[in-house]
Amino acid sequence: MSPTTAVSTIVTLPDQSTARIPKMNFLTKENGLLSWLLTGDHKRIATLYLISITFFFFIGGALAGLIRLELLTPQTSLMAADTYNKVFTMHGIIMIFFFLVPSVPATLGNFLIPMMIGAKDLALPKVNLLSWYLYIIGGCMGVYVMASGGVDTGWTFTTPLSTHYVNTHVISTAMAAFIAGFSSVFTGLNFIVTIHKMRCPGMTWFRLPLFVWSNYAASILMVLGTPVLAITLVLVMLERAFGIGVFDPTKGGDPILFQHLFWFYSHPAVYIMILPGMGVISEVVSTFSRKRVFGYTAVAFSSVAIAVFGFFVWAHHMFIMGISNYAALIFSLLTMLVAVPSAIKIFNWAFTLYKGSITFETPMLYAFGFMGLFTIGGLTGVFLGTTGTDIHLTETYFIVAHFHFVMVGGMLMAFLSGMHFWWPKWTGRMYPEKISQFAAVVTFIGFNFTFFPQFILGMLGMPRRYASYPPEFQALNVFSTAGASILGVGYLLPIIYLTWSLKYGAVAGNNPWQATGLEWQTQSPPLTENFTEIPVMDHEAYDYEWLEKQDLAKMQAEKEVASV
Amino acid sequence: MSDSTAIANGGQALSNSANTANSAHGEHPPYQRHHFASVEQQADTTNFAMWLFLLTEIMFFGGLFTSYLIMRNWYYQAFVDASHQLSIFWGTGNTVVLIASSFTMAMSVWSAEMKRRKSLLIYLCLTLVFGLTFLGIKGIEWHEKWEKHHIPGAHYSVQSFLNPQSDPEVYKEYQDKPLPPDAAQKTEEYFFLYFAMTGMHALHMVIGIGILVFMIFRAKAGAYTTGHVTFVENFGLYWHFVDIIWIYLFALLYLISRH
Amino acid sequence: MDHISPVLWQFLQKWLTHFALFPPEASTVAPESDALFFFMVLVSLIGLTIVVLLIVGFSILYSKKRHPQAVQIEGSTLLEATWTIIPLGLFLVMFVWGALLYFRIYTPPANAMNIYVVGKQWMWKAEHPGGQHEINTLHVPVGRPIQITLISQDVFHSFSIPAFRVKREAIPGRYTTVWFQATAVGTYHLFCTQYCGTDHSEMIGDVIVMTPEDFKKWLESSTSGNSLAQNGERLFASLSCNACHNTRPDARGPSLANVYNAHLTLSSGQPVTVDDAFLRDAILNPSQHTTQGYAPIMPTYQGQISEEGVIALVEYIKNLDSDYRVQQTTNTTDLLPDTEGGKPAAGAKAPAAEKEVKP
Repeated sequence: MSPTTAVSTIVTLPDQSTARIPKMNFLTKENGLLSWLLTGDHKRIATLYLISITFFFFIGGALAGLIRLELLTPQTSLMAADTYNKVFTMHGIIMIFFFLVPSVPATLGNFLIPMMIGAKDLALPKVNLLSWYLYIIGGCMGVYVMASGGVDTGWTFTTPLSTHYVNTHVISTAMAAFIAGFSSVFTGLNFIVTIHKMRCPGMTWFRLPLFVWSNYAASILMVLGTPVLAITLVLVMLERAFGIGVFDPTKGGDPILFQHLFWFYSHPAVYIMILPGMGVISEVVSTFSRKRVFGYTAVAFSSVAIAVFGFFVWAHHMFIMGISNYAALIFSLLTMLVAVPSAIKIFNWAFTLYKGSITFETPMLYAFGFMGLFTIGGLTGVFLGTTGTDIHLTETYFIVAHFHFVMVGGMLMAFLSGMHFWWPKWTGRMYPEKISQFAAVVTFIGFNFTFFPQFILGMLGMPRRYASYPPEFQALNVFSTAGASILGVGYLLPIIYLTWSLKYGAVAGNNPWQATGLEWQTQSPPLTENFTEIPVMDHEAYDYEWLEKQDLAKMQAEKEVASV
Repeated sequence: MSDSTAIANGGQALSNSANTANSAHGEHPPYQRHHFASVEQQADTTNFAMWLFLLTEIMFFGGLFTSYLIMRNWYYQAFVDASHQLSIFWGTGNTVVLIASSFTMAMSVWSAEMKRRKSLLIYLCLTLVFGLTFLGIKGIEWHEKWEKHHIPGAHYSVQSFLNPQSDPEVYKEYQDKPLPPDAAQKTEEYFFLYFAMTGMHALHMVIGIGILVFMIFRAKAGAYTTGHVTFVENFGLYWHFVDIIWIYLFALLYLISRH
Repeated sequence: MDHISPVLWQFLQKWLTHFALFPPEASTVAPESDALFFFMVLVSLIGLTIVVLLIVGFSILYSKKRHPQAVQIEGSTLLEATWTIIPLGLFLVMFVWGALLYFRIYTPPANAMNIYVVGKQWMWKAEHPGGQHEINTLHVPVGRPIQITLISQDVFHSFSIPAFRVKREAIPGRYTTVWFQATAVGTYHLFCTQYCGTDHSEMIGDVIVMTPEDFKKWLESSTSGNSLAQNGERLFASLSCNACHNTRPDARGPSLANVYNAHLTLSSGQPVTVDDAFLRDAILNPSQHTTQGYAPIMPTYQGQISEEGVIALVEYIKNLDSDYRVQQTTNTTDLLPDTEGGKPAAGAKAPAAEKEVKP
């Protein structure tokens, strides 16, 4: 392939008049519903996940739309307070358990990790498929709950509200989350085993792409943290069913025990959600600056540091709940420590741009959006980790804004970045560049209009989970809803043009981004077994010089063939 | 070289032609999955996976143990008196049964490694019998709890703790003093944890027994005595783990302040 | 939807003329909280600006057009150290400052006036020691430290006064406290900020800060006649607490005169200081709070009194400053008609009236 002469893009496509999608690939290998439903191929399972989480994302998104519509007016105008409570509860549960937690690991992670390490599949393909089925069962239970009246405890299932004071479908919802949790555990387990045991020859730990490191760190959290949520949900279900439990103060139990057990998972959960996204950003920033990630070792270790420290900070969600002042101090200190590795990453990515050769394709635009918005979200996390200011800001819209900045402005943007980046590899097709760049900008603008006013609302004292509010908060709420409508457009556009590209997009070829990484050495879409021969890794990660030599060698070979 | 190739610098496949998609089915045992380069890699990988899974199980039970430790610290006397309601006889019996089953399970693994099909079958069946015995004894104990109204919930009764002499068997052995009513009420927490912990453990036993039955049929067909022992080995790990959990449960639930 | 225009317009008007991103600073701790907040905003702005400048700057300087060939750089330990140590240092400054503020907000001064607040679905009930009860309102005097002793009757609630920058969870099963000193007369929002069910968003009210004179007038005009302690005394008598807790030499329970803030040893040997939480726990879980030298025969009142009742009893005990006072209560009981407290409560039966001393 000849190096591109167009200056402002690195996209290198094969000659469209002659290029074709390879006939034999993982999508065409076998046909029929059963070949998909009983597959062991990590790429097919990733595709199944992609379709499922997109489905749940739009349900969660519709619920978000309902929330913002209701909050246009100070009174409850669109729905009763009970309904509103159900809407925000289901929005949280679906978005967290059925979208954010599986998003990058189950789709991009499943698809890419074996290829990135030079393996033919994950270590345990059947467990992988089981993982997807558990996810679907959990998801179907969630949909059933929604259809049959919903649940209104908040996604945090706070006892004793959830055990004794609501009459909605708490047990079914807890069961849905429980089952989906095991899906997460098995995915993480699979990743850890694969990364430890199935790296190709020459693939040492420090030659791994940083995407693999991030998913590895997230997998540690999935594997060690999720079971604690599982047992906590079991205890809630038992307490609700039998009226007796360890969380009921009238019987000698302690509702604060629930808080500790719940947040022991749910704090690491946020790192489960963000770390894989950070892995995507490493890959994207590197490729579109044509440079090795600055401070590879620091970024790799910071991922593991976030995972380890992430287990020690859970009670920063409980600063006002009557824990002892000294306990609050310790958790606040540890929270400061866990904030530092994220800062390290942001600076390392920024310095990857230094003396690079930067282009602004869609994945890079989303990555820039991530870096800015995650910085804001992460810094506001420090506001909340500081005990004194947390008192004023906690349980208000400041918290809502904080976590939406890191999860939506951060994680979701990273997910979209990754989807655009690896779309050519996954489908063999390129998406249309102009409209996708437009969608990225629309998303960024819409996001800021939606969630920045919520910081101010929080500072003003507006509590979260309020169906009605004092009238002086209305203007900012209207502003936020207006932004949400723009944001919605930004999310709908990719669905449309990505689907369009499946039939009409340009043929991508093996490596349209001229990226390093073993996955780009295979055809697009890849073969079921990824590689016909196990590769040998004889160069460092992000080795653009090696890539140049590769390309030169290929050009040379083609010339020789042509000249015969 | 065409599109889907290894690295241009002549990367060597890890094993000869065994794993190329296009070649005829190569020289690897039929139980080796195609994404593994060798039987050793497969065995090593699945073994590691099982250990990691057991780690998640430790975290799972950890929530229960944490709740137990906190409640026991707060309501020690109630927990002591409530634990006197458990039968040391049956508890020890169950412990012996499970340890025996771990022994027979270890022998099963040995039999598989030694490629002795009959021996494997015998030991697997013995393990199954012991497992079922354990569940049977558990059933007896739980039934007894039901009869004495010690199952937490609507029918729970604190009578045995308010007035220990109304329960002659237990009183003869321990001569507990009557508990004040608010302390007696906390025994319900003990039993909640008792049923949650032993129930969760029993659930793991049931799953294990299900897999054991499956294994017995497969063992009969000779699946584990041709060199492919990883399934039996990994299941053995799981079984031993369930046994160890029981030993902790026995110590914590049955043996509070025994002299 | 027809309320949007006028309210929106009003709000925009008010906002543009009194541009406020914050609720008013109406307590002594509010300016301290805001100062720390602004410091953090400043640091964040600087940090964000640096990050954005780096990204934008590098993107312009090193775009492919201007810089076609990338230079491979492994990293820089110096830079790594810099952007590890400086953020860590700044975060630690915030941590220390915040910790000091946190301790201040959650350590009530000794001379704070105590008001009890019970949260229940879906209202706040405030009880002043003088017996004034309020629902979803809280009248307080300006310039005096006020301690709020919070508890929930049912689920978690959270007592939040944004203008004072204070917030505390109301937990079922135990007391929590928070204090403030109001600095400006006026009316401020009171919110419940922990989701508590259907009418969570209705659980809002007003904190009305008055001058000391106005507050005194208000106290006088809203009392029902009995102070909390007096109500507690009635309860104490009607629940037959003084069947055991009296000043007689053969009493089965310890006399409660001056027990508040005293140091006791429990029968387990553990030393305790008698505070509100201890008193509440002793009423509801007596067998774990038996004073050394007494038998654990006190019945539990769990389920028999509401949290307001417990508060009244606690307040009564806090004001029991002499044996004479205790005697007065006993006398009151004896004078009460038969239906009210003449008979001992169920469960208060006594074994032989000897004190059982544990070895």
